[in-house]
Amino acid sequence: MRVSRTSRTVLGTITGIILATIYLPLIVVLINSFSTSKSLTWPPPGFTFAWWGKAFQSAGALGAILTSVQVAVVATIVSLVLGTLISLALQRYTFFGRDTVSLLVILPIALPGIITGIALNNAFRTILGIQLSILTVIIAHVTFCIVTVFNNVIARLRRMGTSLEEASADLGGGLWTTFRLVTFPQLRSALLAGGLLAFALSFDEIIVTTFTAGTGVTTLPIWILNNLFRPNQAPIVNVIAVVLVLVSIIPIYVAQRIAGSDVVQK
Amino acid sequence: MQQEPIAVPAIRLTGLTKSFGSVNAVDGVDLDIAEGEFFSMLGPSGSGKTTVLRLIAGFEQPTAGTVQLRGRDVTGTAPFDRDVNTVFQDYALFPHMTVLENVAYGLRVRGVKKAERIARAQESLDAVRLSSYGARKPSELSGGQRQRVALARATVVKPKVLLLDEPLGALDLKLREQMQVELKELQRSLGITFIFVTHDQEEALTLSDRIAVFNNGKVVQLGTPTEIYERPTTSFVASFVGTSNIFDETLSKSLLGRGGTNSVRPERIALRGTPTAATSSAPGTIAELIYVGTSTRIVVDLDAGKRIIVLEQNSASDDATAPSDRRGERVHAEWASAAITPLDLP
Repeated sequence: MRVSRTSRTVLGTITGIILATIYLPLIVVLINSFSTSKSLTWPPPGFTFAWWGKAFQSAGALGAILTSVQVAVVATIVSLVLGTLISLALQRYTFFGRDTVSLLVILPIALPGIITGIALNNAFRTILGIQLSILTVIIAHVTFCIVTVFNNVIARLRRMGTSLEEASADLGGGLWTTFRLVTFPQLRSALLAGGLLAFALSFDEIIVTTFTAGTGVTTLPIWILNNLFRPNQAPIVNVIAVVLVLVSIIPIYVAQRIAGSDVVQK
Repeated sequence: MQQEPIAVPAIRLTGLTKSFGSVNAVDGVDLDIAEGEFFSMLGPSGSGKTTVLRLIAGFEQPTAGTVQLRGRDVTGTAPFDRDVNTVFQDYALFPHMTVLENVAYGLRVRGVKKAERIARAQESLDAVRLSSYGARKPSELSGGQRQRVALARATVVKPKVLLLDEPLGALDLKLREQMQVELKELQRSLGITFIFVTHDQEEALTLSDRIAVFNNGKVVQLGTPTEIYERPTTSFVASFVGTSNIFDETLSKSLLGRGGTNSVRPERIALRGTPTAATSSAPGTIAELIYVGTSTRIVVDLDAGKRIIVLEQNSASDDATAPSDRRGERVHAEWASAAITPLDLP
């Protein structure tokens, strides 16, 4: 399709404005992390590496990163297992209520976080009588992390068809053998992509976390929110933010590469 | 369909029925398939032949009826507990494994020691003339090579029965003819039962010891290739297997002097300028000639109001006449009474 010169200029400009809206503020954060100002004044009065040094000595920041990594890793692993199982059930078997279950599995990603948060908080504390802790955060994160795994895996299962699994069964492979030797190797890249997205989702989640984290459980987003307006902490927050942006690029880039090269060979 | 019961058949299907919703994909099929037989299930798409194969393999559960393997009822048994193996239409080779790993798979899941399974898989690859391809991935092979890997993989575990689901469907003509010969040789050397599903009547006629013709989920005729071709019992079989000129009741009476519906094969009709006394004949006009290499297909409009097809072998003496020159020629179509096959159903 040919696009006229004018349209190209207009569309290019619009794209530029949108991308600038997203990325210029991020660049400001990067610049501010080297600013000598303690209250994020603009333009930065001077240049310093001091905040970067302080950030890596801040026990609060490092502890929060560790907590977030723990939560995200465990939530991702649990989501991978449960997401794969539910995908297999929904894609490979027919049973009563299958479509309903499918809808209920996907729904949490669309539910407002604040609703999920309040509901889980209520259920954990008043109904089940469980103390809020890192465990409750993980459970809460799994409810939506499962969706990214589920979506990736079920799409792959659909595309892969059943003939490879039938061939395995035909040659004498039982259910578990077939999964281990045939289905799982075919799912690997879908699991990696789904897992990376789940990790990213969990790592920066704040709303549900706020409602389900016990006292003393501070994930990184919560730490950032708590410290942003404290005197002398804002520049450190900037440093952490820059690190997070850099770290976030990696899983998204990898996930996209996998999705791009994602051709099921037949 | 009637058949002589075989003492202990390799496969016995009794009243086999499979419904999908309100549709009977397979509708009360009874079949005995003998040990060591090359048996074809022939029919148009949707006739139920592939479903029968999947029921034998165990990928589908029948709605009614039973499947017996060598006298053992396996109707409720999982595919991995049945002594049959399948060559899939799309080959279904495992894309993440090498060719050798694919072939060795059946041995691996049975717990055969690594050294032995590699040796046996290599042997199987040798048998399909792919000895040096073991290290490749399926994606690096041509269609014909994948087909042979699928054969090697299915036969390495020495099944009693090999099921083949349109295995040659995806290959081009030349390769298909070559694979037909190889299949026949492989079956003979392994001495196992082959059940071959195809919609290609020529393939079925060439390869099979016996053929079951399927239509609408039922076996409409069962017999040797000669029986099926020379003595079709219904107009469906007469027109699905090869080409037939089918004469309805009125035309049969006036042209063939017989009751009921009858069929005459195109190659059993001769065209002559003047009628010979010994055979029955009908006058007509040549409407079209189609040159097909070894023979010419001639469309003749009989004066009685029936269009028939006649197949004439091309011999060396004919080549001077361009086929189109004969259009409009007046001819007498002749057939011997032995060429007339009565059909059961109109």
